[in-house]
Amino acid sequence: MKVENQVILEFPSRSANEGFARAAAACFAAQLDPTLEEVNDVKTAVSEAVTNAIVHAYPDKLGKVVLKLRIKEDHALEIVVKDWGVGIEDVDQARTPLFTTGSEERSGMGFTIMESFMDTLKVRSTPGKGTTVTMSRKIARRAGR
Amino acid sequence: MPVKCREEQRRLTAWVEGELDHHRAREVMEELDRRIDVAQPRELTVDLSGLTFTDSSGIAVLIRAHRRMGQVRGAMRVVNAPSQAKKVFQAAGLERLIRFE
Repeated sequence: MKVENQVILEFPSRSANEGFARAAAACFAAQLDPTLEEVNDVKTAVSEAVTNAIVHAYPDKLGKVVLKLRIKEDHALEIVVKDWGVGIEDVDQARTPLFTTGSEERSGMGFTIMESFMDTLKVRSTPGKGTTVTMSRKIARRAGR
Repeated sequence: MPVKCREEQRRLTAWVEGELDHHRAREVMEELDRRIDVAQPRELTVDLSGLTFTDSSGIAVLIRAHRRMGQVRGAMRVVNAPSQAKKVFQAAGLERLIRFE
């Protein structure tokens, strides 16, 4: 599917960047004229994916996180969150609701929320190399626009 | 993000406002813990009318407060959750554990 527009953002895995990342995604998505609910769904999913990279990929140090936002020709928003951190040994287990290796601030519901708020979610991970989360959400075309 | 609290006759109300994500979650959890420990309330009401955003960190905060209230044998309810927050909590099935009004 052809990419109509894209931005690529790179930032260190500081928790202060969670808010920045979801706000950037919301601003970029505005080109698709989404409803408030669609924007909130995108912000929530981005927050989860970026927080995972910040908390789990780099547990003891700061590392690089890349957020790619793409608009595809079918009026879909594709979001890629990539890190070069510790990776996930068992992706299926990580995607299980309530499973977490994090501390008490993590509920283990991050992937569940990404799955329910986006249309598609793919997780590729290699232990020791990093993780790439790719998700997409079609934004409805609104009548009269 | 401040947690404003008011206590009257062992009924504690906490207003959690602004954006609640992993960056702010620990601070909010610790403040709620402290308030619950001091007040030993019979009931905790968490008022989310001023919450502009939450992700799964909000789930963790509510589960922790619920557990803490269980330890002091008090009840807990959540009121005025905005639609974005409600959708997150519903995706987690939180209404099976916590009373939303």
